[in-house]
Amino acid sequence: MSQADDMKQLYLASYEGFAKSLNGQSSAPIHGVRKHAIDRFSTLGFPTIRQEAWIHTNPDSLAGTAFTPAPEGTAGVTQADVDPISLGLEHRFVFVNGRFAPELSNTGTLPKGMRASNLASALDADDEIVTSHLTKHAGYEDHAFRALNTAFLRDGAFVHIDRDVVVEAPIHFVHISSAGAEPTVSHPRSLVVAERNSSAVIIETYTGAGDNAYFTNAVTEIVAGENAILKHYKRQLENENAFHVSTVQTRMDRNANCAAYSFDLGGRVVRNETNALLDGEGCEATVNGFYLLHNDQHVDNHTLIEHAKPNCSSHELYKGVLASKSQGIFRGKILVHQIAQKTDAYQQNQNLLLSDQAEANSKPQLEIYADDVKCSHGATIGQLDETAMFYMKSRGISPEHARQLLIQAFGGDVIDRVVVESLREDLHNRSIQKLSLQRKV
Amino acid sequence: MLEVKNLHASVEGTEILRGVNLKVNAGEIHAIMGPNGSGKSTLAQVLAGHEAYDVTDGQVLYEGEDLLELKAEERAQAGLFLAFQYPVEIPGVNSSYFLRTALNSIRKARGQEELDAMDFLAQAKEKMKLVEMDASFINRSVNEGFSGGEKKRHEIYQMAVLEPRLAIMDETDSGLDIDALRIVSNGVNALRSSDNATIVVTHYQRLLNYIVPDFVHVLLKGRIVKSGGKELAMELEAKGYDWIRKEFADAEAVSA
Repeated sequence: MSQADDMKQLYLASYEGFAKSLNGQSSAPIHGVRKHAIDRFSTLGFPTIRQEAWIHTNPDSLAGTAFTPAPEGTAGVTQADVDPISLGLEHRFVFVNGRFAPELSNTGTLPKGMRASNLASALDADDEIVTSHLTKHAGYEDHAFRALNTAFLRDGAFVHIDRDVVVEAPIHFVHISSAGAEPTVSHPRSLVVAERNSSAVIIETYTGAGDNAYFTNAVTEIVAGENAILKHYKRQLENENAFHVSTVQTRMDRNANCAAYSFDLGGRVVRNETNALLDGEGCEATVNGFYLLHNDQHVDNHTLIEHAKPNCSSHELYKGVLASKSQGIFRGKILVHQIAQKTDAYQQNQNLLLSDQAEANSKPQLEIYADDVKCSHGATIGQLDETAMFYMKSRGISPEHARQLLIQAFGGDVIDRVVVESLREDLHNRSIQKLSLQRKV
Repeated sequence: MLEVKNLHASVEGTEILRGVNLKVNAGEIHAIMGPNGSGKSTLAQVLAGHEAYDVTDGQVLYEGEDLLELKAEERAQAGLFLAFQYPVEIPGVNSSYFLRTALNSIRKARGQEELDAMDFLAQAKEKMKLVEMDASFINRSVNEGFSGGEKKRHEIYQMAVLEPRLAIMDETDSGLDIDALRIVSNGVNALRSSDNATIVVTHYQRLLNYIVPDFVHVLLKGRIVKSGGKELAMELEAKGYDWIRKEFADAEAVSA
């Protein structure tokens, strides 16, 4: 048996233990989903590097470590781990290893018409919204990691915004892995359901409480009703020994306007899938990302923008800054169904290489079955503009400062589009800090 | 203020400057003219410290110090300014922030206090009037989407804010219409003082109707082959460069 098969057996055994621990809940409908999901994982096994979707990120690096299930409870994570990443927002929900940690959370006074809680209690209460949406959008039939996340689904973040309700204050979900001495895996799960005419801003932060290796396998489902306006910001700050695999799946109804941002500053091996399904006429989707990597960090962003109905538009911009030996991968697909006439889709990936050993891979894909659409894509991989460097130096600006200004100017525009001021500033500051570390090496 | 002695410079192994001699005193305006490819822009770039050029021989003294020992940013901090022939577009870098950063880098290097955004803006607004620049410019990215004339005016505006002791204008007049030429020239003339000096590199005599030089030099094949007063510029305009080429060829033949 190969190592990946051994690891598969480990996950299957972990699942048996997990299923037993659920006791009397095995009759709930969700348990049928779990069982199906683990069956799918058992059949699929881990992907291999021979599969097209994984040629740039060798799954063996994930399948090669014996990650055991992360402990329950707060597992030594304290307020001191939360504070530096809290963004000072009013509504903060903290999850440790995927389990809600009320003692670390600050839920604040939720506005009328909005419910935010944890999935465990919503599942226990047979919440109708949860039952009708959870696991229904992020398909796991053919995706081993989503299948695993679904099989181990017990808790997670849940927010529901009622019809016509506009939530002004951002909702912050903080996912912390305990990063203990033994390598552990957790499966954070989130569900955001925004009903017709509602509006909200959701931030999800991922990080580790220590420096040890761990594996975060996250899935977020976002459901936007008719004319709903949603902004979702994913801030990935895992430690640099961590493995992070994630899916953010957005499903949009007629005239919905959704934005999904991915900011990747952390992690050792990261694989994100950010997908949007435009499933009603008149939708507008924005899918943006920024990755700033150094050392031997590896971040692989896959996106799928699926235009399933006519008269929708999508805008996609991913920017990467790659220092030392880091690797950034972008694979973006725009899929336009035959019925989706008058689609207007734009996709762009731009990379800035700061070292000769850094590597950027960019693969935009258009798959179009409609005949009256406007679709474009482009990719650039470049280095710092030497003429701009000289121009700035000739004005008295030091090369270090000039370099920083140019890098910020390159990546900053994605960060500048964030509507939450504290998040915007945090991302700018972290970027500058990371770049200044880079210079000293 | 500036003394260039037997300056030789090459780019990628090709020698462009082949022994330039030039002396500029405070309060003077020098025009350097010459046909395309004579080395005018190379001289400007070498003086500003562009790394693409190798200085293979000669010396440049600036205020008695060895200029060639200084990096580009140190030259700027010491009071040197190059108005670019092709100002560089820097998308995403705000013009005002850029210029304040430049000014503060220079001030810091001189042990002066840095200016905050408010003080800077007050000072900048005055200088903007000088080049008749709209205030909206400063909120745009550096040179991005500027017309040719706007870019050149922006160079002179930067010069006005940074207050250099020695300004080198590299074909600032190329491609300018008469209005822009007038504005740019007015800016340069207003900044003129007995403490600073200007080197105007140009292809056309027309600019020198607006900025009246004390000296005119003709650069040919990497050497200054003729110097004179402003009437030399008129002569060049009337007669072209062929007579100088011929004279220079004769001189070369004699010395050979």
